[in-house]
This record gives sequence, structure tokens and C-alpha cells, in this order.
Amino acid sequence: MSTVHIHTTVNGDPVDFLSEPHTSLLNVLRDKLDLTGSKEGCGSGDCGACSVMLDGELVCSCLVLAPEAEGRRIETIEGMAQEGQLHPLQQKFLDLGALQCGFCTPGFLVAAKALLERNPDPTEEETRYWLAGNLCRCTGYDKIIRAVMDTAAEMRQERVSA
Amino acid sequence: MSGVLEKQELKIVGTRPVRPDGADKVTGKAVYGGDYHLPGMLWGAVLRSPHAHAKIISIDTRKAAALSGVKAVATHSDFRESDDSDEINAGETMIDIDAAAQMCLAKDKVFYDGQPVAAVAATSAEIAAAALDLIDVQYEVLPHVIEIEDAMREDAPVLHDDMFTQGMPETPKTASNVSMRLEKITGDADAALDDADVVVTRRYTTQMVHQGYIEPQSCVASVSADGQAQIWCSSQGAFMVRSVAAAITGMNLSDLRVVPLEIGGGFGGKTTIYLEPVALVLSRKSGRPVKLALSRDEVFRSTGPGPGTIMELSLGATKDGILTAAVMDLKYQVGAFAGSGCGAGVMHALGCYRIENTRVTGCDVVSNMPSTNAYRAPSAPQAEFAVECAMDEIAEQLGMDPIELREKNGVKPGDPSFSGAPLGQVAFMETLAAAKSHPHYSAPLGPNQGRGIAAGWWVNHGGESTVMVSINEDGSAVVATGNPDIGGSRASMAMMAAEVLQIPMQKVRPIVADTASIGYSMLTGGSRTTFATGRAVCEASAEVVEILKSRAAMMWGVEPDQVEWHDGEARCTAPGSDEAPLGIKQIASQTAKTGGPINAEIVVNPHDALPTYGVHICDVELDRETGHVSVVRYTAVQDVGRAIHPSYVEGQAQGGAVQGIGWALNEAYVFDANGRMDNSGFLDYRMPVASDLPMIDTLLVEVPHPTHPFGVKGVGEVPIVPPLAAVTNAVSHAAGMRFFDLPLTPDRVYAAINSQS
Repeated sequence: MSTVHIHTTVNGDPVDFLSEPHTSLLNVLRDKLDLTGSKEGCGSGDCGACSVMLDGELVCSCLVLAPEAEGRRIETIEGMAQEGQLHPLQQKFLDLGALQCGFCTPGFLVAAKALLERNPDPTEEETRYWLAGNLCRCTGYDKIIRAVMDTAAEMRQERVSA
Repeated sequence: MSGVLEKQELKIVGTRPVRPDGADKVTGKAVYGGDYHLPGMLWGAVLRSPHAHAKIISIDTRKAAALSGVKAVATHSDFRESDDSDEINAGETMIDIDAAAQMCLAKDKVFYDGQPVAAVAATSAEIAAAALDLIDVQYEVLPHVIEIEDAMREDAPVLHDDMFTQGMPETPKTASNVSMRLEKITGDADAALDDADVVVTRRYTTQMVHQGYIEPQSCVASVSADGQAQIWCSSQGAFMVRSVAAAITGMNLSDLRVVPLEIGGGFGGKTTIYLEPVALVLSRKSGRPVKLALSRDEVFRSTGPGPGTIMELSLGATKDGILTAAVMDLKYQVGAFAGSGCGAGVMHALGCYRIENTRVTGCDVVSNMPSTNAYRAPSAPQAEFAVECAMDEIAEQLGMDPIELREKNGVKPGDPSFSGAPLGQVAFMETLAAAKSHPHYSAPLGPNQGRGIAAGWWVNHGGESTVMVSINEDGSAVVATGNPDIGGSRASMAMMAAEVLQIPMQKVRPIVADTASIGYSMLTGGSRTTFATGRAVCEASAEVVEILKSRAAMMWGVEPDQVEWHDGEARCTAPGSDEAPLGIKQIASQTAKTGGPINAEIVVNPHDALPTYGVHICDVELDRETGHVSVVRYTAVQDVGRAIHPSYVEGQAQGGAVQGIGWALNEAYVFDANGRMDNSGFLDYRMPVASDLPMIDTLLVEVPHPTHPFGVKGVGEVPIVPPLAAVTNAVSHAAGMRFFDLPLTPDRVYAAINSQS
């Protein structure tokens, strides 16, 4: 099988890789680039555990073919904390216990960050619908929704961090 | 340690610190089953049966083995010939090794669509997949059977010609699909039913459901040339993985080291294994590490879900609302092998209540679907669903508040338990009272809304655990356990150790050790870890405190009983002493002069776990035009003993409630006419998503376990028990008619309310 040479930016760094045409972006991230923070829960775009940003759009990386990433900017969970500082969402998930097993957490965080970039003041309903593409089986979503809305309030400087 | 510490004495237990494993889990660094790689690793793939029931005539793997890049092929013949009587205790279930081996690779028959038949290891996943297409399996397809009542018919295809119903007065001479029967009788239930003022007689059904953990099973196995081997995988118990994998492949336990990786959810589903023995065989044959990972489709089709049920119940009471009689028959659809069946159902069905005259019978029925396994409070949600729905009808017929009916009949400390021994410090009454006075219970309802309540209980387990607490030379501590951390147990272990050592939690590093680094521990399941392993943590920490005191005494030249331990430092109480206190760091840095390293290993095997109780309040809104049911408000009230880290206890209640809501409203295995699963993906097996739900309010009722150092009771399983009936009772009230069959999907609800009008 012939491979394709793909040029991308991953979490701000230029990254080249060789990929077969049918390989998913998720498999390249996990198996070739050692970025295993994006998870495979279903491989069919139903669980959101593989959520990444592609040119600023939230996608399931299991549904993106790796060659589609040519010339594009990929952001993964590994790029969310900057210089060792957790993103406010990451910190809030920890503070509120918004994760149990933690497997779905990277996908939720990437998706939640995308929400707050578009809508800094989401209602509970907006938050629930935005995150409806991310499955969590442990938490019942309660603490996740609270963490996202609490972070949003904090980032709007309406609330002082505890 | 003796006696439960008073809450006001606690500095750490009961607070909500950031969990020690948290940072890696929010940054993507935590290594789960599928994240592990080794140099030179091969990729495995598994060929599965396309038939629900068939004899395997032949398996020809020669073409696959000859494909370039294929390094090994495995079939059942590569396993050790097992003794049929081999069983391994996995906590809530026993693992039959012969059956477990057939769920890894089929022997001479396949019993369900998706059962593994052969496996390959190759230099890439693509080559491995291509090799599967070259394996030629000849089947003789047999008639299959799925539903319980079909499988019990005399002319039903019999799955196992050596299955003779156990538990009968006389073992039958002909094989059948009923693997066992159970009966539990007290008093004279038939006579008491005749005398009852009100009797509710109903038939209830539930469907087979999956645990739905988001992380599919995955493992890497590496066998060395001398036969020693390692497995890296996620599971609910590395020791369980070691026991089962070694038994199936014929290895000594000492030659197999299992390293637990982070686990992405289990809910009982990861209390057995499907891949590890296959990976071991492939690695042994190829001489290279082998990775095997399930797809979501494979998880649904070939791992163990929770059983479906048919339940018949007659429940009788006096006009004053005193339950007098119950006759109940439970049939569990356990899947291809004798799996997770009626035992716990019979035990739990009526366990919330004092009923003098009862007869509960149960049976396990095999059929051509994946073999069931533990699913959170295994087998209890179904049986208690039936009872709690009937309770609601009794309350309605008597015009009595449904919580009051439960208060009149609920078990109290000293009442006989299922075994006959008196119940300990149970807190069902306190939990009912808390639910009754919760503002949710009296809040007004909107149009087309209904409110349901239901109670539930789970027995909880103790079991064997080993814990090591070591003090580092800088005064920090390591707490090693053998229990995988599914939902925050590292946090609770570190908190309990820190509380006893009286040092900051941040100075305690909890680790989950591999099978060669710590003594045996039963798996994480049965809501046992914070209780049993936590007790070992407390005892080991207390022993370390004694050692620290004796070392301080040695450094001061006084007797150990002249030393007290406060705030992480030793204080000399010898008469006339003016010694300055010795901090843990000062003592720990001097161990070379005072007797060597400071650590303690403790083993426990407690049998005094206490049952816990939940009472859930559910409001639903019914869309009469579509039959769609929305949960609009939900409150989970639960007896928790004492919450070590309340956020994670609340999380258990919330997560369990939502799994139960999914069970009640959406989830079910669906099979086509050929017995193949029709909905083996998350799109069609519809688990609750965030937009389906409201916030899940929790109320933790703290009645401490009297003999646990911190009063802990198991909390993880009971929250999945009440929701099935709480939701169903709410829907019944919203619709003005009763529902008996789960799930309450829109089409079923729509049909029911329209047939009524």
C-alpha cells in the first residue's frame, strides 16, 4: 500500500508523518505520534472520546482520514495545558471531581473548550446539547456540566475561583 | 484501631481534595489499556463466529499463517486442556475456566454471534485483519434460541449437552438450557396471600443490557523465551487477570506478572477476561509482544452484559399496609454459559422489607447470546425493580404514601438478614426519612408529569486485600494496594492514610501495584475497595504510627508508651521531659540508626461489610404525541456509612442513577432473526447522553459502619438498583396506567397509552 506524506501542525508544532490513505487521524495520533490522550471508545463518531480540534473545528478524529489533515492545524488534549499550567477547565474538572475513570475526560475537555470559545456564557441546556456527542458512563454528567458552567463563569470573571 | 472516629475529629476524611491521579487524567498522560506499546510489538486480531449457534467442523489456518507479516496463529487447541471443575473466585461471580477459555477462543461449538474462533498476530493491524479473511472455518449451523421462554421449551435447541439443571431435588437425566434453580422459603406464602387484604400480581420483564464502559478491553502480552511472561492491561483486578490467564494457558502464577494500567470504566464488566490468554499464546508462539484490542462492536457482541429477566410476583399486604406475603419467580437470561444469574436476585428481591411469608424461586436460562457477567449490583436491579413497582401499586391501592408504606415494612438493625443472621447498623429507615423530607418529594408537578420513588439495597462485599504503607526518608509516605482505581479510590486511600498518619494528604502517594509487587488482593468490585482495602490502609497506617513512636522513643531513650503521636509528630510524655517534638521527617531520616526502614504490610479479609440502601425520587414528563419520556428532576438519597471523599461518593450515586435511567428508558440488546446482535454500537445501543438528563441531586445519609475505622460502607453499586422502578413508577403516574416491561422506549409507551384510550 502506498503511503502519503502529510504535513500538519499539532499543538503548535510542525509535524510530518507518513500515512496510508485509509488510516484515521485518531490512529495516526495514537499509534504514530504517541499522542494517546485522544481515546478510541467506538471508532464510529458516537462517543466523542477522540475529540480534537481541526483548524478550530471540533471533530471526532476517528472519523477524519489522516490525509485530510494535510496543511491543517490539529489541537489535542496534550496541548491544552500550557507550559505546565492546567487550563481552567482542567483545573475545574479536578476541583469538582468531574471525572471518575477519566477515559472520556480528554474528549470532554476538548469539546468543552471549543464550547467556551464560541459561547462564553452557555446555559445548562446549551452545555448539555453541545456535550451530547461525548459519552460518559461514570458520572451521570452532573459534575461535568457543573464544571463547564463554573469554568465559564470564572473565565467571565463573574466568580472568584475557590 | 477500634471505634469509629467522630466526624469533628477528622481533618481530611470528609473533605474534597484533588485526587492524586487527577492531573494525568485531565492532560491525556494517564496510560489506559489501549495506550500501552512495546518495541517490536505485534498486532493481534480475532476471527469471530458469524453464527449464533454452530458446530465447528474444521479450522484451516494455513493460508493465514503463510501470509507475509503474520507471525502466529492461535486456536483453542493452544490452550491447556482444562479440568471442568476449575473455578476462580472473582468476588461477585465465580469464573469457570473452561467457559472462560471458550469465550477467548471457541472449542468445538460456537454459542453466540461474535464468539472468538481463531486469532492471529502480525506486524501491522492491517495484515492481521487481512489474515483473518484467509482462515477457513467450516461450520454446521444449528438452530439457535434467544428468548428465555423459547429456551425453556422442551423442543428448544439445547446449547450444552452436559447441562443438567442444578439445585433440583433430583438432578434431571436430560440436558436442558436451565443451568440451575434456587428456592428460598419462609413461612407459608400461599396461605398468607389468601389472607391478605390487598394483593398485586404482575409479570415484569427486563432486557439484556451492557455495562457500557467507554474503554474497550485491550492488552499487551509478552512471553520470554524462558516462559516467564508479563501482561499490561486494564481490568478490575490484576490478580484476577493473572489467575484466569494462567489457568487457561497452563502457566505457573509466579511466571506471570500482570501490570494494571488505568481502567476506563468496568461496572463489573471487567471482572473477567476475553483477550489476555489469546495474547499470551500469540506472544509465546511468535516470541514477540502482542497487542489485542476490542472494537466497540466486539465489546457488545463478545463481552458479558447483564442478564435479561422475566419475573412474576404476587405481593400481599394488610389494609394497614403491613406486607404479609410475597411469591416471586425469577428467570434470568444468562447467555451462552451459566453466567451472572438469579442467585443475587433471589437474595436481594425482598431484602428491603420484613415479610413473614415468602417463596422466591429463581432459575438461570442459557441461550445463544453473549455470556453474562457482573453488572453493578449484579442481578439485584431486575428483581428489586419488580418488587418496587408492586410496592407502588400496593401504596396506590391503599391510598398510602409510598415512602410511608416502605417505612412500615423496611428493615432495621437486628432484623433477620437473608442468611438469618441479624442485620447490623443498616440505615434504611434514616434513608427513607431523608427522602421523605427532601424538598423534591413535595415539589409541585407540571402537566404530563409524574413522580416515582423506589428503594433498593445491595449487600456489599469485604474480601481479601493486601496493603503496604512505607515511610520515605523525607517523611512522605507511599500507600500500595492491589486494587485498580476505577473512580477515585487512590484519593480515598491517600486520605485515610493521611488521616491516620496525621500528615497532609499531598505527602501520601497512593499506587496500584502489579501482581509481583504486592500480595494478593481480590478485585475492585462488590463495593469492597474503600471498605476492605481501606480498612487495611488504616491498619497499616496505624502500625506505621506505632513504629514511628517506638523509633522516637529509642531516639529519646524513653519507653514507647511515653510517646504520643499528634499532627504528624512524636511528643514525649515521659515525666520531666523537655524534648522537642520529633517530626515524621526527623524520625524517618534516622532509620539507619534506629532499626531500618519504616513500613507495614497488612492483610485483611473482612466479612462484616454492611448492606446499603438507596431511595430515589424521579420526576418524568411524558410527551403523549410521541411516547417519549424525559427525566426532568432526579434525587438520589443514599446510606453511605461515611463518605471519605464526598464528591466521588456523590459521583457513584449520580453515575449509578443514570445507568439505571438508561436501563429503564432506552437500553436493550436487539437480535435479528439469525441471532446476530442488531445494535452493536453506541448509535443504536442508546446510552444516556448529557442532553437527556437533568442534574442528579444527591443526599448522602451518614450512619457510620461501627467497626470500620472511618465508618465506611460500600457505596458504588446500590445506586443502580432503585432507578428502574423509580422511573417506571414515575411514567406510570404520568401516563395514568402501569408499565411492566423495560425499556420504556417511546414506541412501547406510545402504543400503550394509545391502546388505553
